[in-house]
Amino acid sequence: MIPTHPPPEAAEVVPVVDMAGVTRAYDGPPPFVALRPTSLEVLSGDYLAIRGPSGSGKSTLLNLLGLVDTPTTGRYLLDGIDVGGLDDACRSGLRATRIGFVFQAFHLIGQRTAAENVALGLLYRRCARSERRERAHEVLDQVGLADLRNALPSTMSGGERQRVAIARAIAGQPRLLLCDEPTGNLDSANAERVLDLLGELNDQGLTVIVVSHDVDVARRARLEVDVRDGIVSPRRAAPT
Amino acid sequence: MRPRSVSQLAFGDLLGEALLSLTMRPGRAALTCLGTVAGIGSLVATLGLTNTAEAQVSGRFDALAATEVVVRDSGTSAGDTSAIPPDAEQMLSRVNGVRVAGYYWEVDLGGRTVVGRWGAPTEIGDDGLTVIAASPGAFDVIGPRVTAGRIFDDFHVADSLQVAVLGVSAAARLDVGALDAQPVIFMGDQPFTVIGTFDEVDRHPETLLSVVIPDSTARGLFRPAAPGEGLIVATAPGAAQQIAAEIPLALRPDAPDEVAVLAPPSPDQLRAQVSGDLTSLFLALAGVSVGISAFGIANTTLVAVLERINEIGLRRALGARSRHVAAQFLTESTALGTIGGAVGACIGVLVVVAVSLLRQWTTVLDPMVVLCAPLLGTVTGLVAGAYPAYKAASIEPVEALRA
Repeated sequence: MIPTHPPPEAAEVVPVVDMAGVTRAYDGPPPFVALRPTSLEVLSGDYLAIRGPSGSGKSTLLNLLGLVDTPTTGRYLLDGIDVGGLDDACRSGLRATRIGFVFQAFHLIGQRTAAENVALGLLYRRCARSERRERAHEVLDQVGLADLRNALPSTMSGGERQRVAIARAIAGQPRLLLCDEPTGNLDSANAERVLDLLGELNDQGLTVIVVSHDVDVARRARLEVDVRDGIVSPRRAAPT
Repeated sequence: MRPRSVSQLAFGDLLGEALLSLTMRPGRAALTCLGTVAGIGSLVATLGLTNTAEAQVSGRFDALAATEVVVRDSGTSAGDTSAIPPDAEQMLSRVNGVRVAGYYWEVDLGGRTVVGRWGAPTEIGDDGLTVIAASPGAFDVIGPRVTAGRIFDDFHVADSLQVAVLGVSAAARLDVGALDAQPVIFMGDQPFTVIGTFDEVDRHPETLLSVVIPDSTARGLFRPAAPGEGLIVATAPGAAQQIAAEIPLALRPDAPDEVAVLAPPSPDQLRAQVSGDLTSLFLALAGVSVGISAFGIANTTLVAVLERINEIGLRRALGARSRHVAAQFLTESTALGTIGGAVGACIGVLVVVAVSLLRQWTTVLDPMVVLCAPLLGTVTGLVAGAYPAYKAASIEPVEALRA
């Protein structure tokens, strides 16, 4: 059975993301500070947009949030777990069970069907093959692609591909959905559908963080932060 | 607080993912396998053909030379009596593995000549003409084809009759003519009636140029030529070496050193000599092929790592550990090696069978070679995939996603 991570009870509310003084610097050459001391708190059910121009450090922040990169300094609690001292196995385990990723370029495996791509999201959780397939069909149904289970990505539109990618990200019922420019490669109609889907998922209680320099994307969020030159602004309500 | 679960990947899922990845690029997988197919195929074919050829050599060798033992008086005994006992033929017939034995030695006429029907004396030794003393058992060893008359038997031996059987060349040399006239030849002043002639022998072709007389007659009239009396023994295939070791003790347990035995060279040695050099050469070539195939798999897998860097990033983002990524590439290369090894083994077996059919040989294949060949492919793939797998595992997820 797929383990789920439901939001904690109100009485024991723990932020999904709790960053304090997190930095990311590269030795170079030349030495470079991609993210200056950052504190960020994201509660369960929040919908946060991270905005900023290219090279501002927003992708660095997203990578740190998604545990694919390691902070140089600072403390990061994911769902109450201090990830600072964790080894590769535990960090990978957290990615497999609590974090879902959506990429601008979809990152679907071209030779696999939609259902097989979605099932890949559960591969590293030691679920039975039948269970993975069943769950893949379930989430494809949820994102409105039940008819395309056996379709290859090459036969789909950009919007459909991104919805398959979202289905893969939510197949494991994560606590946090991280989206990196999810509409960057889509036309406006498909972008709308994808943003609608992200909104629906957030409405169902999923914590969503979207990185984008698109104002329309940020408008769908309830909160936003700006990143410029590695400095993250305090969070505020997103413009409507 | 430590998370409750770590990233896990079941072996079945790892295998499934690896095979799925290979089937996604069937053309490339097939081309990558080709090197291993060639290497393992040539290895199996080489070993199979070597075994088969060895068996043929052994069979022919065993059927002829390897089944004869020659027994001689070693000449170390004191006195004039022969070291070979008078009942040696009967004694040897009781030795396990002896098919037949008979007295057989060259006679020393002491300077006397052999005179044919028309009186022209022929010197012994001229043009290879010899006089051989033999018992009927010796003819069973020699295996002559009688062209006229008959071979002498126990009756002639028991009564030491002065009869002779001539090889076809000796008969022509002595011009004995038709046997109906009961031609007589003389050895010195002793007349011998020619009762038969023969051509084509299984063994001892020198008898075709010989006058063969009964051993008992020779004992009574002439001395044996050096090194003295002797016997020839036909053995069961493969028993010659063992029998050669036993004969001195069987004939002369009191003085085994006085009996000299000439055994054929060991079939194993001959086999090794015949095929040793060729086998080494082919095995070396097969080894080079396997090495090249390993290099091919390593190269292709390394290219695949670079091509699939986005997939590596995706898998890491989905929760794969670096060791899971390494295991996937290692499993893929190992699967390629195993498939190549299995196909190569099949092709190798087919080659051996086809060559055997063409040459009308009996196919001889060591089952261990056929069973171990795919395993060698597995090892080749495993070794070849080690470095690419290490490289894949070393890629940081953030780098892979950025690529």
